[in-house]
Amino acid sequence: MSGGDRTQPGPGGGAGPGHAAPAAPAGDAPPAIELRHINKHFGPVHANRDISLSVARGTIHGIIGENGAGKSTLMSILYGFYQADSGEIRVNGQPTPILTPSDAIRAGIGMVHQHFMLVYPFTVLENVVLGTESRPLLRETLAGARAELERLEREYGLEVDPDAVVENLPVGAQQRVEILKALYRGADILILDEPTGVLTPQEADDLFRILAALRDQGKTVILITHKLREIMAITDNVSVMRQGQMVAHRKTSETSRDELAELMVGRKVLLRVEKGEAQLGPVILDVEGLDVVDHLGVRRVKDVSFQVRAGEIVGIAGVSGNGQSELLAALAGMTRPAKGHIRIRGTDVAGHHVDARTMRALKVAHVPEDRQREGLVTSFAANECAILGYHRAPRYNRGLFLDRGRILGATRQLMQDYDVRPPNPFLPAANFSGGNQQKIVVAREITSDPDLLLVGQPTRGVDIGAIEFIHRRLIAMRDAGKAILLVSVELDEIMSLSDRILVMFDGHIVGEVPQDRRDERTIGLMMAGVPLETAEAQAHAAAGAH
Amino acid sequence: MATAEPVRAPAWVRVGLVPLVNLLLAFIVTGLVVLAVGENPFEVLRLLVRGAFGYPEAIGYTLYYTTNFIFTGLAVAVAIHAGLFNIGGEGQAYIGGLGVGLVCLYLDFLPFIVVLPLAIIAAALFGAAWAFIPALLQAKRGSHIVITTIMFNFIAAALMVFLLGKVLIKPGQMSPESRQFADHLFLPKIHEVLEPVGISIGRSPLNLSFIWALVCCVLVYLFIWRTRWGYEFRTVGQNERAAVYGGISPSRVTIWAMVISGALAGFMGINEIMGVNHRLLLNFTAGYGFVGIAVALMGRNHPVGIVLAALLFGALTQGVAEVPFDIPAIDREMQQVIQGLIILFAGALEYMVRPHVERAYVALFRPRRQPVAAE
Repeated sequence: MSGGDRTQPGPGGGAGPGHAAPAAPAGDAPPAIELRHINKHFGPVHANRDISLSVARGTIHGIIGENGAGKSTLMSILYGFYQADSGEIRVNGQPTPILTPSDAIRAGIGMVHQHFMLVYPFTVLENVVLGTESRPLLRETLAGARAELERLEREYGLEVDPDAVVENLPVGAQQRVEILKALYRGADILILDEPTGVLTPQEADDLFRILAALRDQGKTVILITHKLREIMAITDNVSVMRQGQMVAHRKTSETSRDELAELMVGRKVLLRVEKGEAQLGPVILDVEGLDVVDHLGVRRVKDVSFQVRAGEIVGIAGVSGNGQSELLAALAGMTRPAKGHIRIRGTDVAGHHVDARTMRALKVAHVPEDRQREGLVTSFAANECAILGYHRAPRYNRGLFLDRGRILGATRQLMQDYDVRPPNPFLPAANFSGGNQQKIVVAREITSDPDLLLVGQPTRGVDIGAIEFIHRRLIAMRDAGKAILLVSVELDEIMSLSDRILVMFDGHIVGEVPQDRRDERTIGLMMAGVPLETAEAQAHAAAGAH
Repeated sequence: MATAEPVRAPAWVRVGLVPLVNLLLAFIVTGLVVLAVGENPFEVLRLLVRGAFGYPEAIGYTLYYTTNFIFTGLAVAVAIHAGLFNIGGEGQAYIGGLGVGLVCLYLDFLPFIVVLPLAIIAAALFGAAWAFIPALLQAKRGSHIVITTIMFNFIAAALMVFLLGKVLIKPGQMSPESRQFADHLFLPKIHEVLEPVGISIGRSPLNLSFIWALVCCVLVYLFIWRTRWGYEFRTVGQNERAAVYGGISPSRVTIWAMVISGALAGFMGINEIMGVNHRLLLNFTAGYGFVGIAVALMGRNHPVGIVLAALLFGALTQGVAEVPFDIPAIDREMQQVIQGLIILFAGALEYMVRPHVERAYVALFRPRRQPVAAE
């Protein structure tokens, strides 16, 4: 489809009969999207069960549900990746068969995927026109596109330099490019799949402003997420999915986080973590003057010093990309620090040849930030993933060979203890939902009985039920006298789990937030590099001004 | 960027049916080529099958070729499990054969029972050494293994020409070959072994190295799927970052995988040098190392699949050679065309056919469910 001949599906145009859609706001115009009795099977799995949904024109409609509830399947049907086994899709009241993504684009539907579909060495402009080149010479296409792109950027407040190379852009800007791509193709209805999963809180706020601007200009936005905060902050209406079914439709203004959480999970959920006083033991991890330089020669961690004692959870807050990942990788033995000391129970390991194996031998376990790329081998069966890093342990070996019986037994036990579903040790890791994959990783690391647990983003892309579960396990571990270092970009998580909070900015530790003086505003300012005293003063001033 | 609907066909479709369809396609295209030169494809096929399996000697020859393909196929498969594409099997087999030859030439004062294990060890060491250098370059300097191994094939060929032309050549002889080994060092042929126990099969070059090839299949299976080292190979092959996370050193795995791969390729020298030619000579590898890539691909890198694929290529090598006796138009060049087509379809075009076969299977045989809520 060329950039020049976009078809804007006109509203009305002989609205179909029967406005029996649930929760459809009464109005004259037909809903932008109407799904009727959609069913979809994958083998024995009934991924979408008689789903009906109506999305009003000019609104932001949230679809919330745990991982594996069928949200992404439903949107993939709407965008033409899959076809429904039965059911009907109506766009602006017209029955519209959507067999391929091109059909969806033609019907004015655009999609922003969780994992971006961008060509990283290309410029923003080149990415936007990709696949819509209307002229044989690229230069002519680009000239025409540039004007259109600038118009879109102005209209919706989507600021991106058209000539910037995409790989140099921050993640938030890359996402704006994805939105621009959809708009450039004439999207009237925009689907965003877990858009904030990769964003910092500030970037997420920027995105919400853009979505609000899109809505105000008459676009329709469908937001798929499992984060209640986002639903409450930005949507007009919300539909809740659970186990392949649509369980409720609500106006956002008439519902609450607690009600939505209960609808999603199907039972009451505890959103706050309850924990008692920390019982401090000896120092387990002692980091002193640590420097980490990455493979490009950039100094990522700068002169970092701190301690973690047995029986406490130390949280490291910070906007993603400020050196936390590199710090964690160095502590886990995956990269070698350039300078400084890492002492585990007094044994200095920096400066020696250290890898993840030697760190595990020192009873340091590690839940990595990126479970799909580091924590698991997705093509391996669950029982093989359950021994990654511990595959040399005597308990899993018998002579020359791996002890399959004991590996399977241990995996079954682990799946039972951590409620991994389905509890099938032979299923490839890729076939588990994100939450269940994470449970396998967390279970593997905790059951190795470490003295120190390094945890990176333990609940990224994990559904509420599993978050609650993982948080409780971490607290239980701390209460059992283990040391835990938690790195997370979710401020809520850091605040509710940590006994002490350190804030990282640009490779430095800006400071420690004392237990009795922690509030979101102070930590937020420290995350922007403002030292504790100044941050406190500013936070007080701001609070006073309110 | 459209993701195809996830198709779940049972394993036997992927492992069994797809290679058969590939084979059928190759045969159809080959048949068209045979038609184009004015011969009857069915007659050619009949002669080919008879040439490969029709009489005891033919079966012996087929299995003798199969032996070579098993070794080179296993070599490729072990490397692939660690994420490495070793296309240097040809050179590693060549140098492995050199090791066998040196042991047989210079240690022939020892009894056979001592020389045999030494020759096996030499084959492994020489083949492994030839793979070790590219592996080291890959692990420490990042030189791509595909480039270096293929270049090492040429170096191996040049080295052998030098050694056989200048050093090992039998004095007073024109052709670049060593002297023949002492008689007691000939690896026994299967028909010689079976005769004393009263079983008589046709005379063929098939020798005891075939048994060693089957043993290697079992060893490779156990190693890759049942040991912690095989687990490390597969982890590095599937996800290098996860390997680092798991405390596995990718560079160490790279080196060991290539060393084992090279050793397996080197074993081919036992069959060719100690089992059949009984002297060192040029070009005894005859492309078996390259066909090993197709064998591993078609056998899906699993020892059972590799035995079956090796048998197919062994049968083709033997069967095609017999056809010209009856149909002169199917000459040596035509044989190469036929083999090339099989390799093309079975190996290179595997991914062209597979999705279609799987989708067709699912469309035909998946139990249809009634929609729960019809309109």
